Order: sequence, then structure tokens, then C-alpha cells
Amino acid sequence: MAEGELKYLIFLGCAIPYRVSAYEISARRVMEKLGVKLEEMPEFNCCGLPMDPISHKMMLLLAVRNLCMAEEKNMNIMALCPGCSGTLNKVNIVLKNDKKLREEINEYLKVDGLESKGTIEVKHLIQVLNDDVGIEKIRAAVKKPLRGLKVAEHNGCHVLRPKEYTGFDDPEDPKVLKALIEATGAECLDYMDEAQCCGAPTAGVNDKIPLQLSREKLMHIRDVDARVLITICPFCHMMFETNQMRIERMFNEKFGIPTLHYPQLLGLALGLSPQELALGELRVKPTEQLRQVGI
Amino acid sequence: MLEAKETGQKTVLKITDPRFKYEISKIPGAENIMLCFQCGTCTSDCPVARFSGAYHPRRIIRMTQLGLKERVLESETLWLCASCFTCTDRCPQDVKVADIIRVLKNLAVKEGHVPPVFKTLASSILDTGYAYRIPEMRIKKRGELGLPPLPKSNPQSLAKLTERIEFKKLLEVKGEQDG
Repeated sequence: MAEGELKYLIFLGCAIPYRVSAYEISARRVMEKLGVKLEEMPEFNCCGLPMDPISHKMMLLLAVRNLCMAEEKNMNIMALCPGCSGTLNKVNIVLKNDKKLREEINEYLKVDGLESKGTIEVKHLIQVLNDDVGIEKIRAAVKKPLRGLKVAEHNGCHVLRPKEYTGFDDPEDPKVLKALIEATGAECLDYMDEAQCCGAPTAGVNDKIPLQLSREKLMHIRDVDARVLITICPFCHMMFETNQMRIERMFNEKFGIPTLHYPQLLGLALGLSPQELALGELRVKPTEQLRQVGI
Repeated sequence: MLEAKETGQKTVLKITDPRFKYEISKIPGAENIMLCFQCGTCTSDCPVARFSGAYHPRRIIRMTQLGLKERVLESETLWLCASCFTCTDRCPQDVKVADIIRVLKNLAVKEGHVPPVFKTLASSILDTGYAYRIPEMRIKKRGELGLPPLPKSNPQSLAKLTERIEFKKLLEVKGEQDG
């Protein structure tokens, strides 16, 4: 690897290739623009998170298989989904610190000729942007500052919690995504209960609570007059974007808050076109907001 | 099975397993169950509890401490936890509430309580390696969108691994399809 060259294995997870391609498209375009090299995982499977409630051991095995693939390539993982980055990072740290558990897991992996050595790291996209690329470099790369655009952010739980394993931002007062948003020239507004969950993880067992939670967040965002919402998680995006009109109908509300994946916002500021960033996939169109910033 | 019945003014709790808390505290993630002093920080900060009359993490922890094993493991509310980890991060006693709830869910599964959505996810993982059955069309369309091919998964290798932990048996997902 050349001096100063940033290079990662991109971990897509399952939800993004299943139905949130715009996040992947925009993230790849933006990273290319910033000179970050992305390589494909040689092989990957579910990160393990969805199986944790059923079998903690199954979760560990699914996660560790992915870690082994990256170890074989001797490259760090960058995940787009906080569920994936959170799970892989946590398992990676747990196994680095718990020799006995590592031996137990490696015993299982033998049937497959794999071994976990704990030689890599796992990061989420915003951690790579903030810690490795750096805010200064991003700011310098901005060609079309989004001045005058008022936005709100929603981090998503697993990028921040549990803090014992994440540690790169304060879950009670998260600042990293805000700083990344402000690097684009947009203004990032504070609002009530910013770090609260969108509700997506309960969607499989309850059809009301997740929508109530997302509605409440959209209300708080509307209250401060933010015109755009920014997410960094495919599941949060589905709750706020894909489901927004359903929430409006269900609760007889009007939000009309376009919800962009962070790399879509950053991409616009870097001078990429809405087409290149797959903005057409959004259901709540940001037409008026983009016109306001001259796009 | 009912563990509590109203007898006039008194509620009689049916303790089904007084050793439950000791059993639980030996499982990684639930070691601190005895440290809970019922302050209620978990419930008051729980996003799900704001909209659910039934889901209260504090209550789940107390019922576990009391040994109301059947009631805890049969409870559908156990599955409402969104695993946002707010309770874990804010607990003044470092009880790791979300991990304890995960441990309880794992035990509930062993007793045969598995919400259908998890059977669907598990069968997809076992068959395809991914949590969702990504349609062939979407995988093919990646090229048109300017995306590289989706990296392959390895269900055969996963099958070998999961066989050793008897995962399939746990769920009896064999042959089950998306609902």
C-alpha cells in the first residue's frame, strides 16, 4: 500500500443490495472522488446481527467468518450499515480480548479451514470519513457548498452504541455526523431526542411501534424547520424515507422531508450530479431543496 | 401457565424457578443481573417503552431476578426490544440490560418460542448466506447501475459451521420458505 493511501474492503451487508442501492452507489462515487480505494470482499455472508436474538453463538460464527475473509486479504473493513459495522467491530474486539472464546470459535472454524487471528479493524463509513480521510480534506474537496440548506441528522443506534465498543463519538451528544454535514456547507440543526432509535429493529414483530417512533422523530425534525434529513443506515432510511408517506397517511400528518443518505449529500457538494448519486430513487423528492442550493 | 392470580387484595406470584437468576448470571452478557436495584433508568429511556404499555425492561429484569422463568420466557414483549443499547449505556449499575434481554431471548428459543420473522431470516441465511433472499434480477441489475458484482456467499461452508452448533435443530427451519 502506497504511503497515505486509504484502502478498505467494502462490506455491503444484506439490506443494501436487497433494496437500498442508492446508498451503495453514492458511497462508492464519493469515496472514489476522495481518493479512497474500495475492494470487494472475497466472499461474505450476513454479519450475524439478525441471528443474535436466536443464538448468540450463531451470530459470533457468522461475524467471524466475515472477519476471517478480511484477515486473509489483510485489509480493514469499511461497512455502510451500522448494524454490520457495529456487529463486526464488537465481535472483533471481543475476540481480541477474550483468548478463551477465540480458541473456542477457532475450534469451530477448523471444519472450514479458517482461523480468526484478530489482525484487522472494522469501521463504519462515517468513521472512515472523519478519522481517516479527515474533515479538512473533505472541506477542501467541496466544489458546490450547500450553503443555506438546513438539515437534521439521524445517526442510527449501532454506530454509537453500546459505547463500550464504538467509542469514536459521544452517543449522548453525537458530533461526528454533524461535522461531516457541516463540511458540505449545509447547516445541521439540533432537535429533540436526536439520538433516539428509529424503531426499525422491531418492525418484524410489531407493525405500529416502529412507525410511531419514526413519526415522533419526523415531528421533532419538522419542529425545527429542517428541510432535509440525513441518515447513514439502510434501515433508518427505510423508516424515514420509504415509509414516510405511509406514516403521513397513518397519522394524518404532512412532513415532506426528503431523506438523503449522507454520501448523497456529500456527493452533491463534491460536484457530482443527482443522477450519479441515484437521487431519483428517493420517494420524497428533494427538488425544491436542491433548487435552493442551485442544483 | 399463570404465575400470578388475584386473591382479593393480594397478588400471589408463582415463582417457577428460584435458581433462574443464578443460571442466567453464568451466561456471558448477563453476569451483572444481580446488580440491578430497579432504578428504572432503562424503562424511562427506552424508546419502545414510550409506545408500548407492555414492554418494560426493568420489569423483565425484576421478573428474572424473582425466578418467574416461564412468564419471562413465554412473554411476547421480550421480542419488542429494538437492541438500541440505550438502556445498556445509561444503566448506573452496568447491568447490560440489552445483553440480558438477548440472553433471555436465546433461552426462550431453546424452549421453542421463536417469532416467525426470525425463522424467515434464518432460513434465508442458511439457504443463501444473506439475511434476505436478494432477487436474481437485483443482482443482475448491479452492472447496469455501475456496481461491481455482489460478492458470493458460501452456504455450504456455513452449513458445516452451523451443524456443529445444531442451529437448524434449534429452529427447525429446514425446508421453510419466506412467509
